[in-house]
Amino acid sequence: MVFSFFGDSQLENATPQVFDTVKERPVTAAELDDNVEDPIDAREVFDLIRDINDPEHPLTLEQLKVVAEELIKVSSQTKTVQVNFTPTIPHCSMATLIGLCIRVKLLRTLPREYKIDLSITPGKHDQEKAINKQLQDKERVAAALENPNLLSVVNKCISELNY
Amino acid sequence: MMHVQLVASLSGHADSVWCCVWSPDGRTLATCGTDKAIRLWSNPALEKGQDQKEDARTTDGGWKCVTILSDGHSRTVRRVAWSPCGQMLASCSFDGTVCIWTLKEGEFECTITLEGHENEVKAVEFSSSGRYLATCSRDKTVWIWERDTNSDDEYECVSVQSCHTQDVKCVRWHPSEDLLASASYDNSINFYRDEGDDWVCEFTAASHDSTVWSIDFNRDGSRLVSGSDDRTVRIWKRYETENNVGVAPSWKVISTIQGFHPRPIYTVSWCPNTGLIATGCGDNNVRIFAPDPEQISCETDDAPNFLQAALIQAHTQDVNCVAWNPKRNGLLATSGDDETIKLWQISDYDIRI
Repeated sequence: MVFSFFGDSQLENATPQVFDTVKERPVTAAELDDNVEDPIDAREVFDLIRDINDPEHPLTLEQLKVVAEELIKVSSQTKTVQVNFTPTIPHCSMATLIGLCIRVKLLRTLPREYKIDLSITPGKHDQEKAINKQLQDKERVAAALENPNLLSVVNKCISELNY
Repeated sequence: MMHVQLVASLSGHADSVWCCVWSPDGRTLATCGTDKAIRLWSNPALEKGQDQKEDARTTDGGWKCVTILSDGHSRTVRRVAWSPCGQMLASCSFDGTVCIWTLKEGEFECTITLEGHENEVKAVEFSSSGRYLATCSRDKTVWIWERDTNSDDEYECVSVQSCHTQDVKCVRWHPSEDLLASASYDNSINFYRDEGDDWVCEFTAASHDSTVWSIDFNRDGSRLVSGSDDRTVRIWKRYETENNVGVAPSWKVISTIQGFHPRPIYTVSWCPNTGLIATGCGDNNVRIFAPDPEQISCETDDAPNFLQAALIQAHTQDVNCVAWNPKRNGLLATSGDDETIKLWQISDYDIRI
């Protein structure tokens, strides 16, 4: 499967379960102090991706529990960010697009030297292996992002709309 | 003990540098990347036979960008390749086309655009005879183009090979024969040969567990090295028809280099002069592997052991390409997502090939 998700107007998961969102992260005194280094942590990465919009519902990935703070691991030592995401249903054809949106958001917001390892939460999709391989192939991701149609879909999902 | 020295750090590209490749005379380095441009780099000081001046203010070691070709492609230029005569360059792009640039009155001009692939073209290479050009694409095919004998400016597609079931990442010609190898997202490497009326895929080498990003032949073409997303480098040996061990014509893994690369291996280069293998990895490092000196005296042709002879913290992001200079022994070019190209001089290696 190529990055393709146009044409099918039927909703795949018509009645998704909606979950509560977390509270805003409290700002600490140390964070306001410019002399204290704040390493990137899981909560910070979560804040970057929680408001990404689902491609078919007016809901965020957090509200659909596609992303969660406990599925994110960050090492500021090795400069790696590991993100698992959970499609709402195990045959979701939007899984690749959702993954691409998460990757693009992180590529644009994290420092460039960070390595992003993105994969489906183990056991949560029928085609987990194939989708993970595609999302980890940086050449195919780079090419996909030069496709104007696809890029506009991704941009729409990651732009911060207020519903 | 092998010694590695950084000779030059070159910047100019405005985004990831996907490929770096030396001209056949070893004097010019061609690079390309996401910024859609091809750059040619050379070192006038070396041409004049002068010693390189130590200048603390510059990091380019005398290497300068002498040409920028920026009007050929509308998307990322993934790879460039030199013709064996050094008078032509081929470039392939995510825009689905291949440009052939010909040296005319000292300047490269895009004289031919080859179209036909349905998606991004991932690799291009001229055969050692200069008669053929191979291209491969996301559309799962490998195309073989033949140069028109009556006109230098024309190429005709003589074969479309569809043996791969996925995105084809890399093509390489044998150093002296019209034998082509291709590597793919389907984890395999295919070998093609002209059977008179058409090209045939004569062997599929399947052993890697994930995408094969890059392949390279050794000097005489009896071995092939491959680098993969599965974090291993494999060495393949060619068994020709009527070999004395009674094996059917094939390519078999005779050595696996594993446990060194923690992330995908995007590029491999096997130096024809020194026998050293360089790899570029998603962990930003370049590694150099040399045949185990303990094995040199005994018969190890069918099970060579390679040792990591150097680990170079080469770039600040993924290494996309490594290339040994064909004329200056031990001169290695590397390029990466950090937008830079680096030149390294490897010395004090002692390897019999």
